Amino acid sequence: MLLKSAFAPFNAVYATTNQELAVRDAIAHVHVLPDSHRDVPLRALSSFWHCTRLVLHLRPQMVVTTGALPGLFCLIAAKLVGARTVWIDSIAASDKPSLSGKCARPFADLRLTQWSHLAGVDGFRYEGALL
Amino acid sequence: MILLTVGTQLPFDRFVRLVDAVAPTLAMPVLAQIGAGRFRPVNMQWRDFIGPVEFEALVRDCAFIVSHAGIGTVVMARRHAKPLVLFPRLGMLDEHRNDHQVATLRALEGRRGIYTARDGDELAAILRGPLEAPDDNRANPERDRLRDAVGGFMSEQRARWLGARARQRLK
Repeated sequence: MLLKSAFAPFNAVYATTNQELAVRDAIAHVHVLPDSHRDVPLRALSSFWHCTRLVLHLRPQMVVTTGALPGLFCLIAAKLVGARTVWIDSIAASDKPSLSGKCARPFADLRLTQWSHLAGVDGFRYEGALL
Repeated sequence: MILLTVGTQLPFDRFVRLVDAVAPTLAMPVLAQIGAGRFRPVNMQWRDFIGPVEFEALVRDCAFIVSHAGIGTVVMARRHAKPLVLFPRLGMLDEHRNDHQVATLRALEGRRGIYTARDGDELAAILRGPLEAPDDNRANPERDRLRDAVGGFMSEQRARWLGARARQRLK
């Protein structure tokens, strides 16, 4: 949401795993996806299904995500239906790119890390950070 | 009021216990958001979970934040220009999947308004001492740079599509 103004010139649609975040940031229409991480495989599978369905429904031309697993699912699905994709690796990944960021690599047209010392690692570029 | 948070994903009883022990010696009362922890604070008011809207109001109203080294809290503290004390979860103690919170601490150390503690004594000393607020978040050149990079990429892609479509029409 700190990047919100970058999306103003476009017809942007937001998806989150927490409906209340949309309320906090005053986003009127938001798609809510079930949260998931790799420790709960069944929930991850259900999340994968929801993410794919949303992408097939919206048919986005571009996807920008900061991850994690649901964002990765959306990015992969979008890439497979021809979208251009941007992965902004979580600022929490300060010692090395995140695992989901590494998985996103073959599907992401632009890969950004938020730590300047990680520029160049695993094909990530540094172009600023949210903090 | 001092706002303590362990985030929404995992409990962090060791941290809550440490702050609870120091709480009576602090200048202000502590409100603790303790997640699914088993330990019930005795010297602090506590809640298990707080929704994002109410949480943001608490961040706005608090004097400073004491938190696990979670990035969500770091972003919120910066947004409201509040001093922030960070205490990392350790993978070794099964407080998280790995030690990325220690890495977060290392990466943020030395920034204005961010204080890092690795054990109970350090934590107590910082909580008692005077704390400096971070710079106002309205001026944040690194964030603006990221926003411009992402915005620039999107505009470039759109220009490319529009160009391709125009060429197609000409054929």
